[in-house]
Amino acid sequence: MKKIEAVIQPFKLEDVKNALKAIGIDGMTITEVRGHGRQKGHKEVYRGQEYQVDLLPKVKLELIVASARAEEVVQTLSQAARTGKIGDGKIFIYSVEEAIRIRNDERGEAAL
Amino acid sequence: MFRRICLSLLMSFGCATFAMHAQAPASLDARLKALEESAKAAQSAGDNAWMLASCALVLFMTGPGLALFYGGLVRRKNVLATMMHSFVLMVLVTILWAVVGYSFAFGEGNPFVGGFQYAFMHGVGTAPNVDYAPTIPHLTFMAFQLMFAIITPALISGAYAERMKFSTMLVYTTLWMLVVYFPMAHMVWGKGGLLNAALGGKIPCLDFAGGTVVHITSGISALVAALVLGPRNGYRSEPMKPHNLVLSVIGACMLWFGWFGFNAGSALNASGLASSAFVATHFGAAAAAAGWILAEWLHNGKASILGGISGCVAGLVAITPASGFVQPMPALIIGFIAGIFCFFMVTFVKMRLGYDDALDAFGVHGAGGTLGALLTGVFASSLVNPILKSATGATLPSGLLEGNSVQLGNQAIGVLIALSLGAAGSFVCLKVAAALCGLRPDADQEESGLDLSMHGEEGYNLDA
Repeated sequence: MKKIEAVIQPFKLEDVKNALKAIGIDGMTITEVRGHGRQKGHKEVYRGQEYQVDLLPKVKLELIVASARAEEVVQTLSQAARTGKIGDGKIFIYSVEEAIRIRNDERGEAAL
Repeated sequence: MFRRICLSLLMSFGCATFAMHAQAPASLDARLKALEESAKAAQSAGDNAWMLASCALVLFMTGPGLALFYGGLVRRKNVLATMMHSFVLMVLVTILWAVVGYSFAFGEGNPFVGGFQYAFMHGVGTAPNVDYAPTIPHLTFMAFQLMFAIITPALISGAYAERMKFSTMLVYTTLWMLVVYFPMAHMVWGKGGLLNAALGGKIPCLDFAGGTVVHITSGISALVAALVLGPRNGYRSEPMKPHNLVLSVIGACMLWFGWFGFNAGSALNASGLASSAFVATHFGAAAAAAGWILAEWLHNGKASILGGISGCVAGLVAITPASGFVQPMPALIIGFIAGIFCFFMVTFVKMRLGYDDALDAFGVHGAGGTLGALLTGVFASSLVNPILKSATGATLPSGLLEGNSVQLGNQAIGVLIALSLGAAGSFVCLKVAAALCGLRPDADQEESGLDLSMHGEEGYNLDA
């Protein structure tokens, strides 16, 4: 099993959700986060006082999928979240040791 | 049909009455007197209607106007404490005013402060006070002036926002009203006051609606408070962005709206002078907003709404002393200059000098008020308001442009008195309040926010 963690532009969330749903992925966890990579922030000025805002709002998606499907999911996600501009975000893939469904103790891919 | 019957019945009754009195008609004198009485009553009703509305308009400036304007400019953790400053002054100053404040400001006394004549509202009833406002009930005049007394200390709260103990703030403001506001109001507006232009002052200073009394005193007191308190913890090292400019825009527009009562109401009747002040007020606000927006656009490359609303308030401040003395075009000029000048004060002067006037009470009210008071001496027109009279009752020229160069000097004296009284008074009152209650909250209380540490509540319980 693989954990796919993606940090994307908030306005791309709907596109990503729809694209994943279309390939049969319907479980995911979403967090509103703030951060920045290479993308520069912006300047705000309040009565002459300048603020450099470099932590920008992003959305973090986490989903666990069967290893065999990981590449397909990453491709779909990446295409759906892409605008081609700096600030589109990043995807990270981790190996997952075990998954357990709390309701009935199912384990492994059956629990996904 | 019913109306016609009633009418004819009335007419026949009227004829009968007339016939009965035909032998002894009321004397011409008596009828004239009755006519005069009813004309007076009609004028009083009209004036009183406008003045009661003005009272409500001016109170509306403090709550919710100023509370929202200032509340939006602070950080989220201090929104309630900041709104409380405005709100609690509606409470505290009203009580002070009823007990002694009105008397100290408007009672007859010496040139500097009034006496106890009207203490506990003694002698303040529905009969007009002929010295101040001959066509409205004395009670209306008293209530109108009260609303000014409420907003003045609330303006100062912009400087000490986010870092004064609540108890200290109450003591400081109570003392400040006694030491600074009531005497200053007496000097400028009270009968026999030193600077009064219409009621026997030695140095007639033109201040239609409170440029010196309200804005200069509060502005300079704010600066002194900012200096005595020191900057907020983390000033210039942590971001201190306004937490909700939406609230501030709503509040500023309410200030603009309420200011019509403040300035046009200061005519104390519903005359053409009120209309003149109304227009001057509006023109001044618009021109100042334009000035600030333009200056900011040129300087930063962007026009912000915070700049727009700050400019509008600066213009309203600057036009306040002039509103009942200047024509519409000078009002535009005064406003425009004020918008640019206050932008300069807030953006450059504050940064250079380094004091933490949190919400720019001095940069807007102190600076704008001083500018407005001086420009009043330049643009005042006797065509708008023939207030200066010779010993024989002839109208004298008002401002510099009419050839009265003395007036600019008088305005400067008024400004200097307001600046010195405000600065010294604010300093002493703060020191006394600090000795009694301490000055600032503990560092951890300030860190967690005054909403929680002073008032035990939070403005935004989004998880509730």
